[in-house]
Amino acid sequence: DDKMFTEPLSHPDFFSVKELFTLKDLFDARVHLGHKKGCRHRFMEPYIFGCRLDQDIIDLEQTMQHLQLALNFTAHVAFRGGIILFVSRRRQFCHLVESTARACGEYAHTRYWQGGLLTNAHVQFGPGVRLPDLLIFLSTLNNVFEPHVAIRDAAKMNIPTVGVVDTNCNPCLISYPIPGNDDSPAALELYCRLFRMTINRAKDKRRLSEAAEELQ
Amino acid sequence: TLRLICTSTAVQRKNVGASGPEKYTETFIKKQIEEFNLGKRHLANMMGEDPETFTQEDIDRAIAYLFPSGLFDKQARPMMKHPTEVFPEQRKIQWGEDGRPFHFLFYTGKQSYYSLMHETYEKLLNVQKHQDQLVAQDLPLQKEKRNLAGSRWLTKIELEEMLLEKVSDDDYSRFIQLLQKLVALPCADIEEKYIQKFSKEVPMQLQKVVIEPLQYDERGVAFSTGEGQRKTARATAVVYDNGTGKITVNGIDILHYFPVLQDREQLLFPFQFLGRIGKHDMVCTVSGGGRSAQAGAIRLASAKALRSFVTEKEVEFMRQAGLLTVDPRVKERKKPGQEGPRRKFTWKKR
Repeated sequence: DDKMFTEPLSHPDFFSVKELFTLKDLFDARVHLGHKKGCRHRFMEPYIFGCRLDQDIIDLEQTMQHLQLALNFTAHVAFRGGIILFVSRRRQFCHLVESTARACGEYAHTRYWQGGLLTNAHVQFGPGVRLPDLLIFLSTLNNVFEPHVAIRDAAKMNIPTVGVVDTNCNPCLISYPIPGNDDSPAALELYCRLFRMTINRAKDKRRLSEAAEELQ
Repeated sequence: TLRLICTSTAVQRKNVGASGPEKYTETFIKKQIEEFNLGKRHLANMMGEDPETFTQEDIDRAIAYLFPSGLFDKQARPMMKHPTEVFPEQRKIQWGEDGRPFHFLFYTGKQSYYSLMHETYEKLLNVQKHQDQLVAQDLPLQKEKRNLAGSRWLTKIELEEMLLEKVSDDDYSRFIQLLQKLVALPCADIEEKYIQKFSKEVPMQLQKVVIEPLQYDERGVAFSTGEGQRKTARATAVVYDNGTGKITVNGIDILHYFPVLQDREQLLFPFQFLGRIGKHDMVCTVSGGGRSAQAGAIRLASAKALRSFVTEKEVEFMRQAGLLTVDPRVKERKKPGQEGPRRKFTWKKR
């Protein structure tokens, strides 16, 4: 049993996450497009490749590395049966995110975030709640263009976070930031597809290894 | 020997009362149902009746006989009801043994409401996709008008009962707006079944006043009846056709019953308005009220009876003249601290 959990950690890419996407896929999905120069956040400057006609272009090489790390991490969390919560406060993609979460068998929260959801969970839900083990942000900002409260709350409750950060977002408190576009529907559909595939892959591997253990 | 003075862990636990009403598990409810059924059979045996055909009314009678109680509040008396009526329908524990919640929107707080919004939006997207397909094939879009007048949306309380959780006014209005948006699309007929879950029929009440047709008595004379009231007086009038203008009240001629001219004028006003003074006979009965009230009551009763003799246009004229409206003025009550309904006590400077 212990071996089942420690063995994946020795491989750098146990779930072969690199095969799921190529640089051309990211380019076609318009992931490299950022906001205008005036909206740029200071901490996003290392991830920006350059600026053309006042519009920031995100460095896709770095995005590839960050995306691979993030997907690898989500796969490991899903393999160990952790609760994953998809968070996004964009109204256009709320339905897409919820359907992705339902397809994976995980959870989503694309609505108004009540203050004490993570920090005051035992009072809001009941005495025996289990908090999410990973938060995935498909858009770090909320409807007023401020950092989502869940980033700060997850950091307070020691919950790791994965988030798609655009050029106007603050990547500080996010454990696995993914610099990339969070406004185009094509980019978001790509992210949803990638997360869904990684989580399903990890869960299938878990079921296979459990079946193999039972046979022994 | 040391005596254990320190408090137990049970006291160190948080205040149980603060966590809200106790949630009942499914096993607990099942056990209660089994105990209830067993107890029902025991009770039937005790009363000497057949356990198979022992209904809830029999149980209530048996309990009232065995445990007589003089308490006024019916709900405080001993009762034996099915556990589903005793324990209110509640949300059971929302997560399984490993801690993973059952519903995918559990972490939002309002899972049923948001899942409802999610489903409704999905239906909307379906309808839009269907519409796009029809447009791509150049087919005409159906436009069958849904009968909006006969139906209403669910109220907020009904929605709360359906979802088993509280819904705020804002959320409710948003849900209704989404439903209206769905209904407004041309191809919304596809999701008709889903929409019907949230709409209720409103029975149309026609307020049109039915004018009764003329009745004929043994001699072949047409007549019709009417009822009227004014203050505390109640009157019924029977107006006969082919008459000479004779009016009888409680068996007494009007000249003797109403000595005052003003009352007789009131009685004759409907006939004078229609120009039928010498043409009709009237027999009426009246009780209650005073002289003027009885006159007003008979006037209303005769006007109502005359509607059957006259065209619709003239009925409309009568209504506009105020002959068919019940006078709502009644005696106003006396208030404490005042001498009458409006008159205050005399103000004395010192």
